[in-house]
Amino acid sequence: MSDKVLKKRGKHQPTTLLNIFRGTDASNTKFQTFEVPFQSGASVLDALIWANENLDQSLSFRYSCINANACKECMMLVDGEVEYACLKRLEKQVMRLEPLPNKKLIVDLVTDIVPPKEKFLTTT
Amino acid sequence: MDFMTTDVLIVGAGAAGMYASISAAKSGAKVILIDKSLISRGGATVMAQMTVAAAIGHQEADHWTHHLADTINSGRGLCNENLSYLLCKDAPEKILEMRDWKTDWANDDGQIRQVMAPGHNVKRCCYVDFLNTGPAVARTLRGEVARQSNINRVSGVTIIDLKVRDGKAVGAIGLNNETGEFVAIGAKAIVLAAGGLTQLFQRNSASKNMGGDSHALALRAGANLMDMEFVQFFPIGHLAPRLVGMDPIMWDPFRYKLGGHLLNNKGEHFIESYGGADGEAYTVGRDLASYAIIKECEAGRGSPNGGAWLSFQHLARNELETAFGPIIQKLFENNIDLTKQAIEVAPIAHYHMGGIEVDSTMETKISGLFAAGECVGGANGANRLSGNAIPEAFVFGDIAGQSAGSHKDVKRNFTPIDGEKMLSTTFDQLYKQSSNKTVSSEMTSRKLLSKLQNIMWTQVGVLRNKEDLHDALLNIQEIQNDMFPKIQPSPGTTFNPSLMDWLDLRNSLLSAEAICLAANGREESRGAHQMEDIPTTIDSFMKNQIVSLSSGQLTTIWKPVQRIKLNLGERCQIKF
Ligand SMILES: Cc1cc2nc3c(=O)[nH]c(=O)nc-3n(C[C@H](O)[C@H](O)[C@H](O)COP(=O)(O)OP(=O)(O)OC[C@H]3O[C@@H](n4cnc5c(N)ncnc54)[C@H](O)[C@@H]3O)c2cc1C
Ligand code: FES
Repeated sequence: MSDKVLKKRGKHQPTTLLNIFRGTDASNTKFQTFEVPFQSGASVLDALIWANENLDQSLSFRYSCINANACKECMMLVDGEVEYACLKRLEKQVMRLEPLPNKKLIVDLVTDIVPPKEKFLTTT
Repeated sequence: MDFMTTDVLIVGAGAAGMYASISAAKSGAKVILIDKSLISRGGATVMAQMTVAAAIGHQEADHWTHHLADTINSGRGLCNENLSYLLCKDAPEKILEMRDWKTDWANDDGQIRQVMAPGHNVKRCCYVDFLNTGPAVARTLRGEVARQSNINRVSGVTIIDLKVRDGKAVGAIGLNNETGEFVAIGAKAIVLAAGGLTQLFQRNSASKNMGGDSHALALRAGANLMDMEFVQFFPIGHLAPRLVGMDPIMWDPFRYKLGGHLLNNKGEHFIESYGGADGEAYTVGRDLASYAIIKECEAGRGSPNGGAWLSFQHLARNELETAFGPIIQKLFENNIDLTKQAIEVAPIAHYHMGGIEVDSTMETKISGLFAAGECVGGANGANRLSGNAIPEAFVFGDIAGQSAGSHKDVKRNFTPIDGEKMLSTTFDQLYKQSSNKTVSSEMTSRKLLSKLQNIMWTQVGVLRNKEDLHDALLNIQEIQNDMFPKIQPSPGTTFNPSLMDWLDLRNSLLSAEAICLAANGREESRGAHQMEDIPTTIDSFMKNQIVSLSSGQLTTIWKPVQRIKLNLGERCQIKF
């Protein structure tokens, strides 16, 4: 359930700062900071979905299954380590999110993870 | 220009789409299998953790006619029995075929283990340990698909609309998510296998890609939907504490194996007071359990987050570990120790019985347009038996693939639609809706999707009533007519969430409206459609409700239920 855990935000609720890599190519990229509510037990993906809905609809990242850790689409670098965003817990501190370094960058946290044999190729 | 042609186009690569692609390819057709996510990963199939029902009789004497009787009983009078028949009759051979393809069904020296599940009369449900059925099935089919040289796999293309010429499906247009470009596919036959719609409800077990694309695509292509009002709510979805890396319906297998206690905030067993039994054996039906939990919450006896407590504290650690090995460790990593604490559970939207209307070859009203999997309506009537969805995806996928592969147009020299023309008209139509309206910067597709989920959950959820259903319809139409047109997606950029969300919203609104309209029409309680203000099942409503789209308007008509005449013997003294 992607129940909006992060939205039940009391006045003094602590927040997490997500420092997120933005952009499409090496010459035109930056880190942008998003302040998201911290909720114990929430995943980094929960926070990204919250940010997407409440702060910036253009923020790009991949995910499908949200809870089950089955689709394996949400892999990214969290504080320099390769993690599944849906498994990695949100921490009450600054967290740095970057795209996978060994894959071609598409935009923001999205890299090219589509197997070469599954690309749309024009046949006629 | 990005244009491809093929004999058979398959939209959606879950169990149904993958099975269909294999069968179509085996019949000699050239196939394109497309998924908006990644092949085999985007939908419900890979997330399923439990069981697959099939009368293979490895544990107890069984026959598909018994499975059929149970399925029809559970469907509360509404099963399209021709479809239920196909599901139950063909499920055993699919389980064995999957075994030949190396799905590791839990077994003892080749005898596949089968367990009991509510509503089945014998041990009928196969599984892969531990809670690994879906991933195993997805892997097997992905491997088989890759072995077929005439299947062209495409990940990351969202199908936006199907194209129909003179009542005949001829192709589709899509969005290449990565490049942001529109693409066209000409096809002689199409199989829609893009899954369910439970993401329309705020509390759900769905992936992001289950927002009703199948249903909206079918409606706009001119096909009919049926039984849209029947959404199955799973009573004990995980609610709190936040649990990551686990499917929210994971507590069901715990209850099968270990029982467990369902308690209100006073620590009382409450299922009994609603007429259910909740002893050590887990037998209470899904509809009754959902009802009881909602009622306890309404009476102020719910758990803190609005559900019920589920406790295994009476069991010893080693009992838990024997039953669920690695899962207990995963729970620890989530700071959950079942010997010390109860967890909170609540009903969540989990499966949709309704869907696209098809005949026994899985063809819709539109020639050359087939459907398969969860997006097909009818086989499970008003209430699905647990374990029936994955075999449904296998069996209907297989039939749809064969039918599409041998469709008359595939066999002859038929020219599918001109891609260039298809693309240019699509651009126009797609954006006309938002072009001359004021654009709101406040409103986003994502926010409206959340708003829609909230309406569906609070007004079209587990317990319904006339007033709420009526309001919900108006609320959805307001979003559709007043808010949606004010949103302007920005096309043409790479992996653009604003455009992808906009396309999702476009479909979700139409599918939600179809559910709502059908729910308004059914003035009785039956199976998963429970009306608080009309609690009885009314005989004159033992019929299927058909939804179609004409000139932009959804309309409904009623059709008699399709029955079959089979001599099913004693077991099939079907009671409703
Ligand atoms: C968490 C969970 C657990 C379950 N457990 C069980 C169980 O134990 N036993 C059982 O029998 N059933 C179970 N079910 C139900 C069962 O898994 C599904 O009904 C079944 O897998 C559906 O298969 P499908 O191929 O029809 O759809 P899916 O597997 O959902 O596949 C549909 C695919 O279509 C793609 N798609 C969607 N829209 C588009 C588009 N516009 N363009 C291109 N592609 C698109 C999606 O990305 C997805 O990959 C479970 C369901 C869930 C959610
Ligand atoms: S979202 Fe599916 S694995 Fe993380």
